[in-house]
Parts: sequence; structure tokens; C-alpha cells
Amino acid sequence: MSKVDRSGKIPNNVDLAGDKRLQRALEHWLPLYMEWWNDMGPAGFQTNDIYLRTAVSIESGGWANFDYVKMPEYRWGIFLAPTDSTNTIGFGDHYGKPTWTEIPGEYRGNLRRIIVTQADTEPASVEQQRFLGTIAPSLYDMRNLFQVNVEEGRHLWAMVYLLFRFFGKDGRDEAEELLCRRSGDEDKPRILNAFNEPCDHWLSFFCFTHFTDRDGKFQLASLAESGFEPLARTCDFMLTEEAHHLFVGESGLDRIIKRSAELTRETDGDPMKAGGIPLDMIQRSINYWFTYSLDLFGGEISSNAANFFAEGLKGRFKEKSRYEDHIMKEGVKIIPQVVNNVVVEEQIPYRNTINEVLRDEYIDDVQRALRKWNRTLEKMELETRITLPSRRFHRHQGIYSNHAFDPEGNLITEEELKKNSDRWLLNDEDNDYLVSIMHQVIEPGKMANWIAPPARGINGQPLDFEYVRL
Amino acid sequence: MEPISFQVDPSRYRHWDLEKEGQVMRIHMNVDPDFPLRDGYELKLNSYDLGVDIELADIVRRLRFEHPEITSLVISSNHDQVFCSGANIHMLGISSHSWKVNFCKFTNETRCELEDWAAQADVRTICAVTGPCAGGGYELALACDEIWLIDDGNSAVSLPETPLLGVLPGTGGLTRLVDKRKVRRDRADVFCTLAEGFKGKRALKWGLVDEIAPRSIFEEKLQQYLDQIQQQRPGRQDRQGIVLGPIEVADVDGVRSSSTLSVAYQPEKRTAEFTIEVPAVSGAPSTPAEIHAQGDSFWPLRLARELEDALLDLRVNRKGIGLCIMKTKGNLDDILGWDRILIEHQGDWLVDQILHLTTHVIQRMERTSCSFFALIEQESCFGGSLLELALACDRIYMLDEEGVQIQRSAMNEGLLPMTTDITRSECRLLGEKELLESNQGNYSRLDASTAEQMGLVTEALDEFDYADMVPVAIDERVSLSPDSLTGMEANLRFAGPENLESKVFGRLSAWQNWIFIRPNATGPHGALTLYGRPERPDFAWDRV
Ligand SMILES: [Fe+2]
Ligand SMILES: [Fe+2]
Repeated sequence: MSKVDRSGKIPNNVDLAGDKRLQRALEHWLPLYMEWWNDMGPAGFQTNDIYLRTAVSIESGGWANFDYVKMPEYRWGIFLAPTDSTNTIGFGDHYGKPTWTEIPGEYRGNLRRIIVTQADTEPASVEQQRFLGTIAPSLYDMRNLFQVNVEEGRHLWAMVYLLFRFFGKDGRDEAEELLCRRSGDEDKPRILNAFNEPCDHWLSFFCFTHFTDRDGKFQLASLAESGFEPLARTCDFMLTEEAHHLFVGESGLDRIIKRSAELTRETDGDPMKAGGIPLDMIQRSINYWFTYSLDLFGGEISSNAANFFAEGLKGRFKEKSRYEDHIMKEGVKIIPQVVNNVVVEEQIPYRNTINEVLRDEYIDDVQRALRKWNRTLEKMELETRITLPSRRFHRHQGIYSNHAFDPEGNLITEEELKKNSDRWLLNDEDNDYLVSIMHQVIEPGKMANWIAPPARGINGQPLDFEYVRL
Repeated sequence: MEPISFQVDPSRYRHWDLEKEGQVMRIHMNVDPDFPLRDGYELKLNSYDLGVDIELADIVRRLRFEHPEITSLVISSNHDQVFCSGANIHMLGISSHSWKVNFCKFTNETRCELEDWAAQADVRTICAVTGPCAGGGYELALACDEIWLIDDGNSAVSLPETPLLGVLPGTGGLTRLVDKRKVRRDRADVFCTLAEGFKGKRALKWGLVDEIAPRSIFEEKLQQYLDQIQQQRPGRQDRQGIVLGPIEVADVDGVRSSSTLSVAYQPEKRTAEFTIEVPAVSGAPSTPAEIHAQGDSFWPLRLARELEDALLDLRVNRKGIGLCIMKTKGNLDDILGWDRILIEHQGDWLVDQILHLTTHVIQRMERTSCSFFALIEQESCFGGSLLELALACDRIYMLDEEGVQIQRSAMNEGLLPMTTDITRSECRLLGEKELLESNQGNYSRLDASTAEQMGLVTEALDEFDYADMVPVAIDERVSLSPDSLTGMEANLRFAGPENLESKVFGRLSAWQNWIFIRPNATGPHGALTLYGRPERPDFAWDRV
């Protein structure tokens, strides 16, 4: 394993200095990346000092160096987690064989597709969140936003490294394309739908980091045991950063729910009177982002997923520790499907349902957070509870996307769906209201009225610490 | 199994949306996944089966006759995720070999007819690819004059069959890629092995598409182009199409009959006897206006449509029939009279299209995997267009007897060309230039021995020999290996030059069909068999 090189333009532990071709490619890409960052990264704040953590090495503690940094000077580095001691492929038809350190030719296309799809999400979310700094509810939150943004930028670097290192000219083309697509752009949209949805206010931001970044966690985790070792090690390291993004989302929503509950009590049920966010609006936002995020797992029945698993490219969540049979050539999984307008359960070969297996794990994880929020509501002695809609509701991908379902998962008519969708999903009126109540709060330690303060500050700093120097 | 009907009409389309605006026809592929032609698969992601293609063939046919005023055709998709993902893999997976072969043949004929019609009617065809377009979907695009691809970082054209399914890419065996579009062979090689295909700029640069445009201006740019096409084709806006009504077919006691012909099936003998009856020409329309007024009941048009319907029925619904015996009934003056109406009014769009359709139908017969013998006997009327039908057969037996005659006409000299663009006489007499020349312009009545001397019939036989030999020839024919015959006939029927169309079918029958039956595609561990299943294919590595 190569040492960490902190001296070059691009901090790394992949011996960039020893690979001139790669180094040149990345150094060529750096200005293009900066151009993208300046155009599409956070609007404003580029000259401000921000209390950020920077990964400078992979040793414990090394990946979390806190200091004031101007965002454009952030050290976007390339880090791979240490090699797994076993060095064998953990699942699929090549189970037990040595992992690949170079790309197996027959899987080049599939790997490229996996990597590009993951890579595309990284800059996309930065684009979606670009104006949120100007309406941040506190310096603490503003700093968290920027932390997420720079790390998504670094994740892009990590993926681009793989493209440059292993995919030659095709990889270089893809890397440039990654900087050309734009979230929500009619002509050059990002690859996945959820990453083209507008994220105009902080309720959406927290839902995004909670639900959509969490998809990222499961995708990365399932790639972190890939038979293609450089991909596995890259994703493994990204997961450490991703955990913070999820924390931002989960705790952000918790703080909004807490504050909304307080305001609900204070205002006899109408927190809007006090500039707060009603609980039903939060529920609609959750319905919206949760379902868009479900789409990201791909089709319920997918030969691609089966192939990726068989080929040892993409496993399940924590494949090694949570599963016993890593081959799964036999076996079926029950998938409810719509046949002649009724939902019936059908047996599908297990490998073809790998996306659904991953989606199951994701939903379990989301449920756990939900229980926490509901405890908050319980403590506030409110009757309302937050719920998760059915996985069939409001889908744009997979076997349910051509049918109308209510949030409980019952088949309904298109008309019924249309009639109720404002009641079930974040709507224009909600968005207008949410934007209208969100104003920048820059006094250290102060919070906007619609959100409760966090339990503690960043890196042991007090809440009124100057997280962003304006 | 329920027999497949090839008849459909716009009110019953399930898979296509049509939209005519002025002189532009737009057709949108919008496959209903819940209505496959057979049970056992779903038509997801705008994938197609024979049922989808039967509708497309009907659209093309109606464009020919019902919409003569249009100047351009745009093919696009109403599916929000893909343009077209090609032939349905699960359908191929569960289909018998002969079904797959007939399916591929039919879809190719549809695409060839689309190309022929566009050239003959001078209609510009544009495929507007607004999403991923794979396999047979790209073949459909290739069948258009131009391919426009939306440049959105997602839409791509691809031929993923080799890497994903282990079969020959496209529907036309790659001929359109290198022969029609003239994509360089090495680039085509790269393209065909890359499952995800090419997007935007690269697709344009390598000649896989003709035009790219981002979504925001795609429609506007296309519309401008369509306007331009229309301006370049003045003078057809007043044309009135005719309506193609349904073909009435009766099937009684093994005889399938329609208004112009009957087909008597003898399954135990594995033969089918086609008899075309020619009505008197007196009282037939004599001006274009009268022809238009008769519309789809005009006899030559009826005959072409009904003969085609009978041939399609034979291919798909009549397994085991090995030999078709072609007979005609009527008199030579009548058939030559009908032909003369068409010959004299060439240049009228409807008359031209009837000639093109007749050409297409006779070519279809030549591409049918079945033996054809023409029998010229008393009461036969093999003249002009019907003589052409005889010349399309594998053998022609003519009774040498007073009153049995045939007659050539202009119909035999280029109005009804073969797939390869030459006449059947040229093809027959490839090595006998002088004989061919003496044939040209000879429109006199010919008895059997003269016809034999002129190379027009296989054998002229007197009454006794005819009665002895013809039944024996028939019995012998149906006893031979059907596979061998299919290959033998396909190799004998098309002597002379090759062109795009003949290559499409040549490659198709030789290569696609071979790959289809190889274990690497359809064996228990073949790529096509295992597609969509959790297991990976296991190839036998020897190159055969
Ligand atoms: Fe990320
Ligand atoms: Fe993230």
C-alpha cells in the first residue's frame, strides 16, 4: 500500500506521483473541475473561511482534520481504504477467487456503467443544493451544508480517479461528461431522476441528505465488497464521509420535527402562524423524497442486478457479515406484482431481485430513524406520528411505476391519485411557503424559528462557534 | 394454437399512436406491455413482438394507399424512458426456431417495405430517437432515411446482441449498418460489441446517426426540417387516398378462399394449391379517376393484397406444407387487359403503388420457405403479371396441348422487378444472353414447345407425360428434407447481382438462423436462453 502524498496538487494514497499518465490526466481535469465548482458549486461564500474537515489520510483521525478552509482551496484528494486482508471475491460465480486489481475485460462495460452512475450523483447533489447557503437557518447548518458539498466534490474525484486509471479514453470522455450534465437541465439532465428534482429549501435538503444520501450509503456499501478491488476500497472510504451526510439529514429532520411539535402546541395546532412548518407538510416532504429515493435502487426484477451479482461486481449490503450463502444461484424471493389490476405475489429467482433485497435493507434503516422522530413527537405529547408510505406509492421506476397506488400501497385509479396528490406529496404551495419562511441567520449560535438547535456543535466546538466567517 | 391474423386496422392498434399534421405523418411507438401476441411474456420498455410489427406493417401499407399526400414520416416513441429496446427477448426465449425465423423475416420485410415505399413515393423518413434505442429498435431507425438522436447524455443507439444475447445484432444482419449507412467496418465492429452503444457526438461522428440536438431545440429543429421537406415536394396536397378495407377470407373444408384466389390445403400430402381466377376485363375502369373510384375493390389491388395475406397465412399458420402449386384460371386476353390498364396509367400515384405492391408480394413469395411449382394447363391464363408469378416459382410445368398458351408483356420487362432489381427473365437467362434478347419485346401467344425453347418453362409435356410426371415430381418434392430444400431454393432463386435487400435476407437466413440454433445462443447454457436469468452463459469456445 502506498503512502499518503500530501505534497502534490492532489493529496492521495494511490501513488499518483509514480503514475505520470494518470497524474497528467487528473491535473488536466482539475481546472475543468474548478470551473464546474465555480459555476455550479455553492452560490457565494467561496471566499469565506469555513470550519471544514478535510481527509488527509486514511488512518483513524487522518480523514477528519478540522480547520478553516476556503472552499475552492479544499484539498480534493484520492483515498482508497486499506486492502481487505482476505483479498478474495466475496460473492457470485467467482466466489473465493482472488479479487481483481485490474479490470476484467468482460466486465469493463458493466463496471463503467456502475461507476459512472454513482459518480454522476456526486456533482448532481451539489448542483441541487447550490442556493441553500443564502437561506441557511444558522451558521452551524450552513457549515454542514458546505461540508456535504465539498465531500460530494471529493467523491466525484474518487470516481473520476477510477475512470482515468482503468478506462482509458472512454474514462476520460466520461469524466468530462460528468462535468457537462446539470441537475434538472432539460438538455443535459443528471442520470438518475432524484438528482434532477429541485431542492429549494432546507426541508428538502434534510430529506435529501436523509433519504437520498442514504441510498448512496447502501449503493456504496454494496460496492465496497466488489470483486474489483480499487472500486471496493474507494467506496469503503467514501462511506466514512457519507455517514456525516446522513447525520446532517437525520438530525436536521429531527430538529425540525421537534420545533414543529413545539410550535404546534404553542399555536394550538397551526405552526404556520408562528412561521413554523406543519407536521403534515413534513410528512408530504418525506413521502416525496423517500419514494424518489426508492427509485434509485433500480427495478425490482432486474437482470442487470443479477449479472452484477453473478459477476462479483456488486453485492448486497454488508455481504460478508450479514449473509451466509454468497452464491445464491438457487432460491427465490417473493415480489408482489400487479397482474390484471390486482397485486399478486410472484416468485422470482433470487439473483434477479438483488435490487429489492437492497431496498429492503434501506427501508429497515429508514424505519429506525422514523421511530426516533416519533419518540420526539411522543415526548412532546402529540398524537401525530410520521409514517413511511408504501414502496409502491409514487414510483417512477420499476414494476410499480405504471400503476397508481395510495400511500398505503393499495391500487387506486389515476383520477384518485391526481385528486389526492397535493395531500400526499410536497406541492407547489408547500414549496412556496417553505421558501418564504427561510431567511439566512448568521448570528453565531442563533437558529431560525422553524428549527430547534442541535444537541451539540461540530468537533466539540460550542454551538455559538463561528462555523462560517462571513 | 390460434392462427395468427395479419389483418389489422388503425382502430385496433394497441402499440402505435398516429398523428397526421398537414403533410407530415408522425407515428409513435407506444407498446402496450399487457398485449403480447402470445402468452408468456410482457412487452416491456417498448420491446416488440410479431403483433407489434404486424401493426407497423399495416401502417406502412396504409401510408402507401391511404396517405399519398404526405411528404415526410417521423417515427418516434411515446414511452417516457426508452425509444425502443428491440425485439422482446423473453418472446425469443420461449419461441420455437421456426417462429423466430418467421418473426425475423417478417420484421425485415416490414422494414424493407418501409424503405421501398419511401423511395417509391418520395417521402422522407426520419427516425426521431428520443431515448435509448437498442437492437431491433436501431434497425428500425436504420430503415429510415435519416436518424436524429436527442443529445441528452442518456439517449444512445446500440446493438447489444453480441455482448448480451450471443446472437447476430439487428434484424437485418448488420447489412444496413455497413452497406446502407456505410459505417466503417472497424467502427461497426467496436459499436456492435459495446452493449451500451454510443450517445450524441460519438454516434454522430461515427456515422451511426445523422443529426443530434439537445432536447430544448430538438423539436423545433425537426419541425423546420419537415417544413423544408414539404416545400421541396409541391403538388401532392390534393391527392386523395383510398381506404383499404378488410380482406374477407373464408376457410371451408380445407380451402381458404378470398375474392380473387383460393388455396386448397392438403395437409396429408403437404401441399397447397393456389388458384387465381381472373375476371373478365370488360367493364373494368379505363381512366385513373375510375380506378380511384373503385379503390380497394379494383381487381389488381385486391389480388395483390389477398395473395400476400394467403402467403403470410401459409408461412405462420400452416406448418408442414412443403409445396405450393400455383394455378390460374381465366383467359389471357383478360389478364393482359387488366395489366394494360396499369401499364397505360403509370405515373398516377395509385397505379404506381399498385405496381409496387404487386412487386413486393411476388418478392415475398420468393422469400417464402416453401417450394413453388407453377402448372400451366387448359384454362390457365399465365400472361404478363401472372406469368411473372410463374417465373417466380422453382419449376414451371406446361402442358403441351392445343389451346394451352402463355404470353409475355411489358410486365415481364421491368415493371415487377426481383428483390435484386433485375427482371426474372434476366435472372433465369443469366447465361443465355441471346435467348434473353430474343425474348424481349416478344408479346405473342406462345405454345408449350415455343415457351420451352424460349427458356420460359421448365418442361413442356404432352398429355401422357404430363399425367405421369407432374404427380411424381410433386410426391418427390415433398419427400425431400425441408431444411435442405429451404437452403437450396434460397440459393437458386436469386442468381445474379446482390443488393442491400438481397443481402439483408441472405445474411439473415444464413447467419441469424444458424446462430439461433447453436448451443451458445439457445442451448441450456446459451446466452439467449439465460438472458434475464440469474445464471451466466457458458460458451463452447471452438470457432465453427
Ligand atoms: Fe457522495
Ligand atoms: Fe453524500
